[in-house]
Amino acid sequence: MEIPKSFLGYKRENGRAGTRNHVIILPVDDISNACAEAVANNIKGTIALPHSYGRLQFGADLELHFRTMIGTGSNPNVAAVIVIGIEPKWTKRIVDGIAKTGKPVEGFHIERTGDIGTVMKASKKAQEFVMWASEKQREECPISDLWISVKCGESDTTSGLASNPTVGNLMDKLEPLGVHLCFGETSELTGAEKVCATRGATKEASDKFMKTWSAYNDFILKEATDDLSESQPTAGNIAGGLTTIEEKAFGNFQKIGDCKFIDVLEPAEEPKKGKGLYFMDTSSAAAECVTLQAAAGFNIHLFPTGQGNIVGNPIEPVVKLTANPLTVKSMGEHIDCDVSKILSREMNLSEAGDKLIETTLRVANGRLTCAEALGHKEFVMTKLYRSA
Amino acid sequence: MATDIIIHDKKDNVGVVVIEKITPNQDCKCWIMEDDSSTDIQSMDEIPLGHKIAMTDLKAGDTILKYGHDIGKVVKSIKKGEHVHVHNVKTKKW
Repeated sequence: MEIPKSFLGYKRENGRAGTRNHVIILPVDDISNACAEAVANNIKGTIALPHSYGRLQFGADLELHFRTMIGTGSNPNVAAVIVIGIEPKWTKRIVDGIAKTGKPVEGFHIERTGDIGTVMKASKKAQEFVMWASEKQREECPISDLWISVKCGESDTTSGLASNPTVGNLMDKLEPLGVHLCFGETSELTGAEKVCATRGATKEASDKFMKTWSAYNDFILKEATDDLSESQPTAGNIAGGLTTIEEKAFGNFQKIGDCKFIDVLEPAEEPKKGKGLYFMDTSSAAAECVTLQAAAGFNIHLFPTGQGNIVGNPIEPVVKLTANPLTVKSMGEHIDCDVSKILSREMNLSEAGDKLIETTLRVANGRLTCAEALGHKEFVMTKLYRSA
Repeated sequence: MATDIIIHDKKDNVGVVVIEKITPNQDCKCWIMEDDSSTDIQSMDEIPLGHKIAMTDLKAGDTILKYGHDIGKVVKSIKKGEHVHVHNVKTKKW
């Protein structure tokens, strides 16, 4: 198949391109959720991103909070942002961070005004932003403007046999065209970590990966009260035939094809070394991982599933694929790309990769994903430790 | 070209059932992805889609190989054709 050289995206002020054109209402903290949701309810076409944190955090955990907030607002799938927090200082820090992209952003704080006054002021600005954004048109953008993140979920053995290698085949075909790619799930590489480390493009990248994996593994060993047989693999994984974390890891790892990763990113860190594949240190929980990847600037997500994970994200479209024919039959409304014919050998991996590229480009051009049509907007902040 | 079981790598001692289920004493066709070769096996258990079958006899302490790699240890002996899963295999990690 000849791969299209372009897609129709929204060109942003900083030179990036979006696959979506959202106006978001971003609460800085948990207690500003009500205000943000009220604004999104008032002004049609905007979406609020409620979450559970943002108070009394400190150190690396606070830095991650800011990085995720600023990164989410800065994502090219977002046209404009309203930031609402309880206090002015942290609200301003997030506004200033997002403003570096050049996109419209305005902050409101609730103290000394109250919810009702804040909702009124923020709604007026949100209306202005959404009407401005509604005139933005999709334009032809080079395929290298795609930043593709990947993560698998509710995996089973069909993931490692077929849907994850399909993503790998897409990576092998799109990497030479200059796209940015990102995989994560640090804990789910356990058992395959040494093999994964050999896929670093440089010794520095390999060493950084082993250091990152070891730190996560030490944390798990420290906190574990059993052999994690209730958590990793999950009950869904086990029902689907996966027996151990090692088996899951080797299946997981099929998603990167033959690509080599050029750098290891902190959670929600924006890649800075140009085109190519990056590894990001993330949890293996679906919504946490996708939220971090979206905050790093990735504008379309590929999500292979076995037993049928249903996750979505408010700003980054999540494209689902599966090779499990039972999942296609019982949960078809969640599956954007069916590659189950690989198992019956009616489709080879390259044909599946082409089918996924076609689906990915249709979604990049504006086709809603199943998760978007079904209203999945899971926005889950990663928290490193307890607040002060 | 239809297949009942797929094996990733020639070195693997387990295969994955890729039809809805196999039943005891079923003669199954296996496809080895690595070199596009074929083999046969007779099942001993009912094994559902996605679950593994032992391609050889295995004893406690043996290593399960899939993708050509170590994916865990046998904790209870397994006969060729039997279901391989959490009841007879455990992780070597954690």
